[in-house]
Amino acid sequence: MTEPQDTTPPQAGVQRINRGEAFLDVRDLKVHFPTDDGVVKSVDGLSFKLERGKTLGIVGESGSGKSVTSLSIMGLHPPGVARISGEIFLDGQDLVTSSREEVRLLRGKRMAMIFQDPLSAMHPFYTVGKQIIEAYRVHNQVSKQVARKHAIEMLDRVGIPQPDRRVDAYPHQFSGGMRQRAMIAMALSCDPDLLIADEPTTALDVTVQAQILDLIRDLQREFNSAVVIITHDLGVVAELADDIQVMYAGRAVEYSTAEDIFDRPQHPYTWGLLGSMPRIDRERSERLIPIKGTPPSLINVPDGCAFNPRCNYAHLNGGASETDRPELLDTGDGHMVACHLSPKERQKAWETDIKPKL
Amino acid sequence: MNGTTTVTTSGTTEPAAVPGTTEPALGEELLSVNGLVKHFPIRKGVLQRQTGAVQAVDGLTFNVTRGETLSLVGESGCGKTTTGRLLTRLLEPTAGQIVFEGRDISHLREGQMRPLRRDVQMIFQDPYGSLNPRHTVGKIVGAPYKLQNVKTEHGVKRAVQELLELVGLSPEHYNRYPHEFSGGQRQRIGIARTLALRPKLIVADEPVSALDVSIQAQVVNLLEDLQNEFDLTYVMIAHDLSVVRHVSDRVAVMYLGKIVELADRVDLYENPMHPYTVALLSAVPVPDTKRKAKQDRIRLQGDVPSPINPPPACRFHTRCWKAQDICKTTEPPLLQLAPGHQTACHFPENQPSDKPVAPAPSPDTDAT
Repeated sequence: MTEPQDTTPPQAGVQRINRGEAFLDVRDLKVHFPTDDGVVKSVDGLSFKLERGKTLGIVGESGSGKSVTSLSIMGLHPPGVARISGEIFLDGQDLVTSSREEVRLLRGKRMAMIFQDPLSAMHPFYTVGKQIIEAYRVHNQVSKQVARKHAIEMLDRVGIPQPDRRVDAYPHQFSGGMRQRAMIAMALSCDPDLLIADEPTTALDVTVQAQILDLIRDLQREFNSAVVIITHDLGVVAELADDIQVMYAGRAVEYSTAEDIFDRPQHPYTWGLLGSMPRIDRERSERLIPIKGTPPSLINVPDGCAFNPRCNYAHLNGGASETDRPELLDTGDGHMVACHLSPKERQKAWETDIKPKL
Repeated sequence: MNGTTTVTTSGTTEPAAVPGTTEPALGEELLSVNGLVKHFPIRKGVLQRQTGAVQAVDGLTFNVTRGETLSLVGESGCGKTTTGRLLTRLLEPTAGQIVFEGRDISHLREGQMRPLRRDVQMIFQDPYGSLNPRHTVGKIVGAPYKLQNVKTEHGVKRAVQELLELVGLSPEHYNRYPHEFSGGQRQRIGIARTLALRPKLIVADEPVSALDVSIQAQVVNLLEDLQNEFDLTYVMIAHDLSVVRHVSDRVAVMYLGKIVELADRVDLYENPMHPYTVALLSAVPVPDTKRKAKQDRIRLQGDVPSPINPPPACRFHTRCWKAQDICKTTEPPLLQLAPGHQTACHFPENQPSDKPVAPAPSPDTDAT
């Protein structure tokens, strides 16, 4: 965390998203998948920035476009399947217009990814060590012995016991938590500048989850990487993230510092998420407050605000929610919200309806 | 728990903490489990000789009172799902007793068990795997009536449509197929099927963990409403400690096939006694950024050991920061250390005697 804080309140307006050179800069990203039933608009106009040494949490439910975003950054959508437009700058280089070969060379060294399911992300036929060695030797001209030593060091670094023996084990011989560690070791073997963790702990038990979250935090501090953590668990982002982006139906609906998102959330969807979660750290509420309805189909995203059919406040906007898509706008202190409610109405709803019930 | 009548509103009210006893209550006890064991044999070689056993469940004793929700929590491999399957007799116990409404059902044969299936039902975790994709919703939800030869007043179709409405679906969904529904809706279909014969006991195995947060809350609320309406008793199997706290009256924490702590919800969350429970609770990520600074988390080392060859004596001693020699040689029995609070530990935390120094966030222990 050596870089100066960039989350200090900016001067005004939309400045924040168009500020200077960020390490990762995503602008108006759209990822559409043509299918027989229609175009699936998984990501539909997404912009965000991330500095080195910072952690961005992307939160949303299934189908909100979180994982598709991260796969686009990594260039992992198979050619011809997805229609990608917009810009993704990694340290100034546009990944969308780069060739697949150029992006391939960036993977591992400049950016790496931790997947949700380590069993399917690792090759069952090769030993764990071999898979780490391979990635390392692609980017470093070293002998196999040196690479092997490095692999053992990395396994040790992520807390795998007896790494010199474990390096020759196959993925199926590891437990779930150890596999996840091995994958983190693999992802970090070339000190990537950008680490994307897609639901890194969802498949794990809480005690192991706590170990992995600590590990990601420690390693980030050590390597000063930029980290994107994608999850549906608000508890996990609260642990790790500096900034949080809440996504719904392929777009960002709210973006701010982690403190703001939890203390002064502004978007009705974020309120809904917070109300849906039983809280272990608060007085037990009699009832949870779910969001009504179900997430929309990404082929037929509702007109206007995609959240309007499920929103309890949509009627306050005189029909605007059903017709106009709200833009993600700064509310004045760097807190960005895509909602038609006036700041006054939002404030009132939060103070009177939502906050007392959380 | 002693049998006080918390039946009607048990989903939402605090259970009455009756001082003094967790001995089997006589009146309102619905299910009682005594020394339940399930070992899965490991066979090897041409002759398939047994070379070992996965000790999935190894000596569980607990009761379930009518109208309450008892949750079994623990990490993967602790035997909670196996326990659920034993209770519904989808598995045959290796040893021990399961007594349902005064009748020993531990070794009933399939045919003898069938009438009981009206009373004991199960909700499954995976809403995709537990519904036959080739059957319509009507057929799925109506199946219990057919299997049990139950006649309904206005025909099965009417009954199914009423069930669908009850769980928040529409009666028009009768002729649709499972793939036309979202995960949350499928889980509702599963719940409707479970309710068809008005069971007394429902074993719910991770009923909401496959669902998105916003949908999860809908289903949790639905389960609570149904409990109030039909006097249901739940045995909830879950790993999410926040959800468990919300839904349960009592909670049993399992580790490697054994119950290490069994207590009233309020008690367990405010004064956990077993070090494993303490570690488990401290590991839950809390959606509050201010907690980040505190870092009072207990980090457990390593993974859960294999249930094929569990550590001797106290099974938690290999990962416990309080472990001493006695933990490696003598197994701690599950003892009642506070009213209604059983713990199996030689060196429990938060004992009633050292309450003043206990680090628990709130001092109101077993007050309801």
